[in-house]
Amino acid sequence: MSETSLTYEFQYSSAQHQAETAVSGMWLFLATEVLFFGALFLAWIYARHWNQAGFDMGAQQTSFVIGTANTVILITSSFVYSAGIAFITAGNSRRLIQFCVIAWLLGAAFLVLKFGIEWRDDFARHLFPGASFSIQGPLRSGAESFFVLYFFGTAIHGLHMVIGLALVSWIILRASRHDFSASYFTPPLVVGLYWSFVDMVWLILYPLIYLVGRGP
Amino acid sequence: MSMTATQAPPAAPSYLTDGFTLRSWLLTTDHKRIAILYLVSITIFFFIGGVAAALMRYNLIVPEGMIGSAETYNRLFTTHGVVMVWFFLVPAIPVTLGNFLVPLMLGARDLAFPKLNLFSWYLFVFAGLVVLYALFAGGVDTGWTFYTPLTTLYSKGHVVAAAAAIIIGGFSTIATGLNFIISIHRLRAPGMTWYKMPVFLWSLYATSVIMVLATPVLAMTLLLLAFERIFHVGVFDPAIGGDPLLFQHLFWFYSHPAVYIMILPGMGVVSEIIPAFSSKQLFGYKFVVWCSVAIAVISFLVWGHHMFVAGTSVYSALVFSILSFMVAVPSAIKVFNWIGTMHKGFIRFDAPMLYALGFIGLFTMGGLTGLFVAALAADVHLTQTYFVVAHFHYVMVGGMVSAYFAGMHFWWPKITGRIYPEMWGRAAAFIIFIGFNLTFFPQFILGYLGMPRRYHSYPADFQVLNVLSSAGASILSLGYLLPLAYLTWSLFYGKRASANPWGATGLEWQTSSPPLTENFLSVPTVTEPPYNYTPQGAVQPNV
Repeated sequence: MSETSLTYEFQYSSAQHQAETAVSGMWLFLATEVLFFGALFLAWIYARHWNQAGFDMGAQQTSFVIGTANTVILITSSFVYSAGIAFITAGNSRRLIQFCVIAWLLGAAFLVLKFGIEWRDDFARHLFPGASFSIQGPLRSGAESFFVLYFFGTAIHGLHMVIGLALVSWIILRASRHDFSASYFTPPLVVGLYWSFVDMVWLILYPLIYLVGRGP
Repeated sequence: MSMTATQAPPAAPSYLTDGFTLRSWLLTTDHKRIAILYLVSITIFFFIGGVAAALMRYNLIVPEGMIGSAETYNRLFTTHGVVMVWFFLVPAIPVTLGNFLVPLMLGARDLAFPKLNLFSWYLFVFAGLVVLYALFAGGVDTGWTFYTPLTTLYSKGHVVAAAAAIIIGGFSTIATGLNFIISIHRLRAPGMTWYKMPVFLWSLYATSVIMVLATPVLAMTLLLLAFERIFHVGVFDPAIGGDPLLFQHLFWFYSHPAVYIMILPGMGVVSEIIPAFSSKQLFGYKFVVWCSVAIAVISFLVWGHHMFVAGTSVYSALVFSILSFMVAVPSAIKVFNWIGTMHKGFIRFDAPMLYALGFIGLFTMGGLTGLFVAALAADVHLTQTYFVVAHFHYVMVGGMVSAYFAGMHFWWPKITGRIYPEMWGRAAAFIIFIGFNLTFFPQFILGYLGMPRRYHSYPADFQVLNVLSSAGASILSLGYLLPLAYLTWSLFYGKRASANPWGATGLEWQTSSPPLTENFLSVPTVTEPPYNYTPQGAVQPNV
């Protein structure tokens, strides 16, 4: 593959022209994602504005420990992935693979903690909105709103994580076929932008879910 | 380098003759072939939406309703709205003329991401199949605006399927917009500076900004809506802790800019045609391009004018009213620029120009009546009446569809390599103009008199105007069927087109008709400003 990796499509003037364009395309795609999640965050803040006590009541039912652990895991994952990119710019494909595998495992750990443990616990405690919702009293409606957005937001973010894991797997697969070198590493770079962006989304979800309602 | 050097020798195969198998079409990454795929798809949707509209006008011939079922009527206008907005008007010019022309006008060989471009078509087709399922499995009765809690609680229709179709189609739109923005930034030919770009490219750039920034908000809104409907949890439904106003804010944050997704490309088309058929430079080029940008920016700040009677605060209504007046200013500047271009020009009234002139008149009418409903006091009376229906149809149908046909006729020789029959083209332009006005002008009066929209029956006093409108609709549908017939005919029997049958400027006219697969034999270099037309009979200035 290495001899074809520097070819470029006929609308470009050079391989570098194509590579830079791919990166700018991903940045613009991330701009659409900002607006996508922006609508969710707006809805969240709007709903909380009208039901502050209920939202705080809901937030206090969440697992602060798992949420914080997941935040650490994701930031570490992004850091590890970036280190992998630093290695491939120096031509070290083996290190790229190793670091991608670690980043992938950290991402998978996030999903296990979030959905395998935290969500299961949430369901067991009847925190999913509906007839059997466990929080009663005047704050019930606001707490339900909180958990509507909690389940929806974490599910959408989780979906992005799953897509990210698939993309990182693709990078691992291609790197193991020696597709990337010091002169061609556009796909790891582009996937890295996406992977870090999904972390950034979590960095907004994390305070919305776990921190704001726990304040003094 | 001489431009004539880029003309293809007759023996070189065009993009149309470069492979004849189904596979060579369905797996193509050629922007020109993808434009054709899109053209076929959106034409099908245009006629599905049109049939729904025709049935609505048929129903409204008599006060008690010819169809006799409010439920059926609700499903018809929802079908009409959903199909026309998301499966025709929003994609129409960008995915057909835009896909075909953006690389040609840039002097590029393709868009930046050809595979993404093909993928966007598959997304569109998939979305189309889902929406057809939703409509034929029983339909949706909520109107295209999907207002909650009707959609989430009471509607018996296939709301989730329709929402899913719109979300999938939205990603197709995002892919197209992203491709255009990146291509315009990265693939301009040598010498093609920003101010040498045709206004069509600027318009599509402005359109694409709205596409990539507004569409994701709609996707999230409809996902929340589907979540509420499937799991019966409160997001927008006040009975279970949600807020319907939140839905309206989010929906119109997309759907008002979407109106400009629909009209901006049309303005771009007209800005190409008017100079070409007036043999004059575009008047105030920089004003036109910056007005496109201004419209795109201000369009994000006017959504609240859809909610004047929804219970928002009077201060927010005042601000949104002022901003809505402001968005009319750049549109008006453009109208004056087009008229200024024609002033003392050598005007030829070929079919593209007739459609373009129709656009100016009808768009102006639609734009000015928009100011009526942007005014707070008038809107209280006019909102939810046929006045609003007439207003946005003057912009969307009179404006945008006229521009679409103008562009389709203007670039038809380039796209197909065939000349369409001119007399039929002119006749259809007139029939559409007359049919359109007869359909929608009575609706202004009906709305002023207080007839509400979306009702399957009406008081007998309104019958005369409704019959006039329905009669106009039958003329209009004839006007829309004519181009389908004669343009298809010209594919087989039309005269062969030369590279530049209109004597127009722009890089797309400097390659063969139809263009080669790689667009240009060698990458062109741009040295001249756009619209470098010489006025007929004018003495060439000595430079």
